[in-house]
Amino acid sequence: MSDPTTQNVKPLLEIKDLQVGFQTTGGIVPAVRGVDLTLMPGQTLAIVGESGSGKSTTAHAIINLLPGPGRITGGSITFDGKELIGLGSKQMESIRGREIGFVPQDPMSNLNPVWSIGFQVEETIRANGIASGRKNVRAHAIQVLKEAGLQDADKRLKQFPHQFSGGMRQRVLIGIGLSSRPKLLIADEPTSALDVTVQRRILDHLETLTRDIGTAVLFITHDLGLAAERAEQLVVMYKGKIVEAGPSKEILENPVHPYTQRLVAAAPSLASRRIQSATHATATHALSDLEYAPTKVTEGVDLIAAAEERVEKAPAVKRPDAIVVRDLTKVYKIRGQGKGSSGEVIASDKVNFSVEKGTTTALVGESGSGKSTVAKMILRLEDPTSGSILIDGTDVAPLKGKALLDLRRRMQPVFQDPYGSLDPLRNIGNTISEPLQVHKVGDRTARKERVFELLDQVSLPKSLITRYPNELSGGQRQRVAIARALALKPDVVVLDEAVSALDVLVQAQILKLLADLQAELELTYLFITHDLAVVRVIADNVCVMQQGKIVEAATTDQVFDSPQEQYTKELLNAIPGAGITLGV
Amino acid sequence: MSNNSFTPTPKHFVAPLEETPLVAIDAVNVGERPSNLWIDAWRDMRRRPMFWISAVIILLVIVVALFPTLFTSVPPNDNCQLSNSNGGPTSDHLLGFTKQGCDVFSRLVHGTSTSLSVGIIVTILTTVLGILFGAFAGFYGGWLDSILSRAGDIFFSIPYILAAVVIMSVFSAYRNVFIISLAIGIFAWPATARVLRAEILRVKNSDYVMAARATGVTNFRILVRHVLPNSIAPVIVVTTISLGAAIVAEATLSFLGVGLPNSTMSWGNDISAAQVDLRTAPQTLIYPSLALSITVLAFIMMGEVIRDALDPKARAQR
Amino acid sequence: MAGYILRRLLQAIPVLLGTTFLIYFMVFAMPGDPLLALFGDKTPNPALLERLRQEYHLDQPFIVQYFLYLGGIFRGDFGTSFSGEAVSDILARTFPVTIRLAIMALIIEFVGGVLIGLVSGLRKGKLFDASALVVSLIFISLPIFVIAFVAQYIFGIQLGWARTTVSTGAPIQDLILPAFVLASISFAQLIRLTRASVIETQGLDFVRTAYGKGLSRRRIIPVHILRNSLIPVVTYAATDFGVLLVGATVTEGIFNVPGVGRTLYQAIIRGEGPTVVSFVTVMVLIYLAVNLVVDLLYGLLDPRIRYVK
Repeated sequence: MSDPTTQNVKPLLEIKDLQVGFQTTGGIVPAVRGVDLTLMPGQTLAIVGESGSGKSTTAHAIINLLPGPGRITGGSITFDGKELIGLGSKQMESIRGREIGFVPQDPMSNLNPVWSIGFQVEETIRANGIASGRKNVRAHAIQVLKEAGLQDADKRLKQFPHQFSGGMRQRVLIGIGLSSRPKLLIADEPTSALDVTVQRRILDHLETLTRDIGTAVLFITHDLGLAAERAEQLVVMYKGKIVEAGPSKEILENPVHPYTQRLVAAAPSLASRRIQSATHATATHALSDLEYAPTKVTEGVDLIAAAEERVEKAPAVKRPDAIVVRDLTKVYKIRGQGKGSSGEVIASDKVNFSVEKGTTTALVGESGSGKSTVAKMILRLEDPTSGSILIDGTDVAPLKGKALLDLRRRMQPVFQDPYGSLDPLRNIGNTISEPLQVHKVGDRTARKERVFELLDQVSLPKSLITRYPNELSGGQRQRVAIARALALKPDVVVLDEAVSALDVLVQAQILKLLADLQAELELTYLFITHDLAVVRVIADNVCVMQQGKIVEAATTDQVFDSPQEQYTKELLNAIPGAGITLGV
Repeated sequence: MSNNSFTPTPKHFVAPLEETPLVAIDAVNVGERPSNLWIDAWRDMRRRPMFWISAVIILLVIVVALFPTLFTSVPPNDNCQLSNSNGGPTSDHLLGFTKQGCDVFSRLVHGTSTSLSVGIIVTILTTVLGILFGAFAGFYGGWLDSILSRAGDIFFSIPYILAAVVIMSVFSAYRNVFIISLAIGIFAWPATARVLRAEILRVKNSDYVMAARATGVTNFRILVRHVLPNSIAPVIVVTTISLGAAIVAEATLSFLGVGLPNSTMSWGNDISAAQVDLRTAPQTLIYPSLALSITVLAFIMMGEVIRDALDPKARAQR
Repeated sequence: MAGYILRRLLQAIPVLLGTTFLIYFMVFAMPGDPLLALFGDKTPNPALLERLRQEYHLDQPFIVQYFLYLGGIFRGDFGTSFSGEAVSDILARTFPVTIRLAIMALIIEFVGGVLIGLVSGLRKGKLFDASALVVSLIFISLPIFVIAFVAQYIFGIQLGWARTTVSTGAPIQDLILPAFVLASISFAQLIRLTRASVIETQGLDFVRTAYGKGLSRRRIIPVHILRNSLIPVVTYAATDFGVLLVGATVTEGIFNVPGVGRTLYQAIIRGEGPTVVSFVTVMVLIYLAVNLVVDLLYGLLDPRIRYVK
């Protein structure tokens, strides 16, 4: 990837044929297989890939932060003219922090919980020789935190990580990473654990800081839209290899490698941006009028095509409401730790909305917005403090015994965590047939038939019936969870962040599956999510929640075209890819 | 993240498809045999020598306890001759004689069942009480949890051997295997209950429990079908290790003279009786101690093996 | 922090009431004459029985007895021993010896256990680790009295390095061997626990970030790895203090250390039931107090507990 015209400017970081493997009992398992990349001073380069692509491993290999069994088995890494592979630990220590800064992924686990924030900033300053003497170090620490965007830094120095919000912690980590004005900053998914609006603010801030200092950034992310927006250069990794690399804009506009094409077609952020620009081009501003020639994708899912197909299949006639929620309120009493600190948290505050039969309504909000509480109340897993829920016109609150069981039969959930949503000790057959057993549907053979039918519906082989969840991938588990939810032929399915934890390609597949099932079985979906981009391709209507209240409710087209509330606008702006123009 | 004007435009690189072949997205790829926590744990355990060593010792102890006469034809208490007092080994009496002139080996063999019975009864008792208290406290929560957990705290605050000393002092007229097991077990269960409660608190909030609830599965059935099976693993570890601990507890009580009466053959009693002759006849002390320690070691090793096998985190670290 | 201390103190009250009640209940709510039962096969002289009956208020209803007994405890009155000496007086005499022994044992087990555990954890899978694991397994399996006898036999009788019994006044040099024996029970557990904790902490994200910040291994090991690994170790040490008390009873008995443990040991051996009950109560109170102190210490070790939101 090196370019002959760069003779006068030396690359800051040059990786050649990097090989990294993990030592296991069965020998070395390769994780990175021959990666080459070049980063010029002051430039930003993003490595994009799914989990297991080797993107983080590559980044960690540069400053030798590989976990225990990780080994660099070949290649070279030159930084600022020095070879980094095989460097002694002393020399590596002097490069880490001082010349190459590091911002980790999850702010919740990357600060030591037993030391104060000030202590952890100050030790970095001391270790890298930025300042010495107690007073100087302290003053410098305050400056670092102020720069990172903590206004009352001097007061918060003595506080501990658990007293900081996720966004604040990530600001601290960015401050630490940039404290010695490094030439290179490695940012490993620095915001994926944060709420979308916070994510955007922090990335903007990081961008300003690194531009001011002139730091080059190696940015690791799974989000193609985010990568393209934040970096001028993209490297797409797949199974330990680079499949495509080059200028971001060029790759997005003209992805050549079939894998990159898959990614481009499946990324919700890009899809929602594309739909948006396309609907703007049409007079009616509606997805149904969109004329879109799907990119040819080899065995992947094109989200836009899927969304379009979904809209086409949807019946045009107005239908009765499947779910009606009126003034739904939930107040949690929190027992105070200690004296007199007990209080109330209003998780859901007079929430009103309705979902038409056979359609999808998305409940969108950030963590703590109360969206999951609403879902749990509708599922009768939590009791509302006040207000009512009507399913097909019947109030569900007073239901008990048989009537409640019948309600449960008509309404089923799919939850977020694909690893927690299936009982690890029950095989797939038993998991899917449990609802049938509970509701005494059919005899053994009939139930087994039904399980086969369901596995088929979610495109899983019949042979899985005797297998256990730990043998399946996240996406496959989510398929099983969907099959379980469909076992009783429900009318309503509540999807609580059902695709949020999946890799983009798998996510697109599941979204497509959900759309197909909806058309086939006339299902009504209540889709709980934090991700507006996904909403663009799956939902008919959107309710935006903030702090327990619905702040905006309209059709998806309306919300995206003319958002009324400031908060909705912020959420929309937070969808990555705003700055990139995309051909349709 | 800046735009440096001098940055040359890099080329658009595309890897040849033959070097980076695509794999079907999310293809189902399962092994030949089904696997879950228990199956994996078993596959893991049977590869380890420590598992087989402890299993063989435990099995041997059980066989000795059930059929002592298979291992020694010398009766343990008859034919004891004071002329043999603290005598060294002979060809018929490989481990020598006790102070009373009884065969050390025969007493060891015949004392096995006492130690093992106490271990087993205590373990059953603590496991049943621990599961009852731990499961109800953890699963149902609320006031029931408060009451059960406080009760556990109180029992936990009296070291169980001290409690057993008091109970055995009160019941000095009725010292037998069952009473001593009761005395040890009645204060040893909170450890099991705490472990199970913590595990249940973790499991009961998982999505699969929520999904079962949303389907209409009754609370009790959720507890029995989903929550207990998924939280029992650490209890098994604690149980195995506590079997060893119970055997030690019995020996300690017997050693202190508040355990089983001298007429009952037990390793603890033999150690207790031999202590005065430590200088002159260490073998009468060493052999029962050895038998005791090896048995306990076997149970503790087994617990360790099970712990390692059941804990995927520990497995990943290896 | 003040709120935390207050909460802990309040929580200790029901446990204190519960444990004393439980002990009293075990002894005096049994059918038949509890005093006679306590003497087992011995027949105490009627005068002693009468004195004890008065002392324990056995003519009163059970619940009244308990509260009178509880009141006594709060006044520092734990009854009188067989010889007629007040238990509190015996405690005043023997407690300093036990404290000395316990502190020596605690220092040995903590310094040894945590250090070996730390090195084991840092060198997981190496020879040092493997040997430490084997040795600790063996120590865990050996009952305290076996360790005591073996130590007495090897170091006292065979090698002659130490006295097999402690001389009056219990000088430090005589206590070294018993202290090692007492330390040996928890020592092995501490090695294993520290090791496991170190291995877990080592793999945590913030340790990797600490390396990423440019800190040296020499700083990361004590400041980030060991410091965090100590939290579960200290918790364990508190619950394990009960084992230490039982161990002290056996060790002091075998080495004839003139401490609280030996007094209990001798009372048990001689079948002096009432004295046994008094001393067990004392030990349970010590155990509760130590646990309370460790709980408070835990607040110092873990800021997440200290500052509740």
